[in-house]
Amino acid sequence: MTVMEKVAATDQPLLKVEGLTRRYGPRIGCADVSFDLYPGEVLGIVGESGSGKSTLLSCLAGHQRADLGRVSYDGRDVLAMAETERRRLGRTDWAYVHQNPRDGLRMGVSAGGNVGERLMAVGARHYGQIRGKAVDWLGRVEIAADRVDDRPSAFSGGMQQRLQIARNLVTSPRLVFMDEPTGGLDVSVQARLLDLLRGLVRDLGLSVIIVTHDLAVVRLLAHRLMVMKSGRVVEQGLTDQVLDDPQHAYTQLLVSSVLQV
Amino acid sequence: MSDLSPQDAYNFAYLDEQTKRMIRRAILKGIAVPGCQVPFASREMPMPYGWGTGGVQVTAACLVPEDRLKVIDQGADDTTNAVSIRRFFQRTAGVATTGATGEATVIQTRHRIPETPLTEGQILVFQVPIPEPLRFLEPRETETRKMHELEEYGLMHVKLYEDVARHGQIATAYAYPVKVEGRYVMDPSPIPKFDNPKLSGSPAIQLFGAGREQRIYALPPWTGVVSLDFDDHPFETSKAPHDCDLCGAKDSYLDEVITDDQGGRMFVCSDTDYCAGRRARGMKGRLWAPEPEGAA
Repeated sequence: MTVMEKVAATDQPLLKVEGLTRRYGPRIGCADVSFDLYPGEVLGIVGESGSGKSTLLSCLAGHQRADLGRVSYDGRDVLAMAETERRRLGRTDWAYVHQNPRDGLRMGVSAGGNVGERLMAVGARHYGQIRGKAVDWLGRVEIAADRVDDRPSAFSGGMQQRLQIARNLVTSPRLVFMDEPTGGLDVSVQARLLDLLRGLVRDLGLSVIIVTHDLAVVRLLAHRLMVMKSGRVVEQGLTDQVLDDPQHAYTQLLVSSVLQV
Repeated sequence: MSDLSPQDAYNFAYLDEQTKRMIRRAILKGIAVPGCQVPFASREMPMPYGWGTGGVQVTAACLVPEDRLKVIDQGADDTTNAVSIRRFFQRTAGVATTGATGEATVIQTRHRIPETPLTEGQILVFQVPIPEPLRFLEPRETETRKMHELEEYGLMHVKLYEDVARHGQIATAYAYPVKVEGRYVMDPSPIPKFDNPKLSGSPAIQLFGAGREQRIYALPPWTGVVSLDFDDHPFETSKAPHDCDLCGAKDSYLDEVITDDQGGRMFVCSDTDYCAGRRARGMKGRLWAPEPEGAA
């Protein structure tokens, strides 16, 4: 059975979100967000700056407390979970790719150490095996094996982002949160990164929630799309459907705002 | 009042009783939870930070008039730090002092554990500059506290990984991180890793005081302490591959002493009491020449 068939064989959602709300005092971060994410599915969240995309993502990943709502992962209530357990999930089953690789990498530690950290955090204690796995993962994200002892500060922006992805995927997570993974990269590097991500998502059968304001990114990666405005979800559906036949006025504005080359 | 000498104007062992009580509570808590860093309200001491203000406060809280105090600095009893702290307690507590490890009841130490095995009833007080073993990997104190709380110590191995990747072996030679009774990862203060095995299963109480960082932690007697390592790069002690040139000891930690500008050097025990004790029992090293009578 291939990964995709295995994925298709499960009909239980991996992540179930109901009425998630986060307020900043009287202001709304995100309000009443509900969706299901199935194994192997890529969900895109788009919207303008300040629409609550990042708030939603950090609430889901447990970096911020949600005020209301329920999030269940694989049948377990994430918001009621003890912090120990949530952090263990955070370094085994989950991964979080930051927009700025400097937030997600340890800049003072070599590339190999960065990739190995999650392995050592879950108990790997054999140097040779940790290093072997680090080199293997650097290869998968197209970083030459002889850069394994270089620090990320010696890497270009695109390489840093790829390193961050390797560091996150080394423990074979099932759910990956990505916050603008291609932000700040030039278009040719973006294209290669997207290509790489698409390959990894398909090969590993990952479930991904990807936050971006770049419609081209979701067009390429996401199966389903959620459009947010002022903290609320205004439209959701299949990616092509939403982008080709937008219903809500804001979505129409968003789609028509993309510059054509 | 005017006939009081300045020393008599201070409480026994310099600190007031309420402060000592506060420090003793922190020590007891530290002993109850081996390896856990307990915050305490560190006082200004009449010496600069970095000179052992934490150790001095712990020693002051432990001392009773019947104690016999030994103070060592890098193994030696006669270096500046050791002499000044010893004199401080002679003046403010009036306790007896000694250089002999076996006779001391309280030993304050900087960067060494004595070679002579400690015995039950002794207290060894370490001076600690940075109590947080994760400090150079994770600068946020809130985060390191959380990591201790949740036992997330993977990062400690990242440091060792970096060592092996860069030097081919674990190059950390001092302040080598240890795990206490399978729970807390602890910085054993900057002792050489040669001394790490002596931490484990010691019959003496071992107390660690960091004055500037305001932390106390402790190892009760007979506590299991394991130095962190990799399966394929196990922990190894290290010392200079020589014998002591004064007493001929093969098993003690050595200091290298440059003797001239022609490349001449000698290796001597860093523990002066251990070295002198061996010489007194007639053991001689390569360069030992007794001073002629009446030379001093």
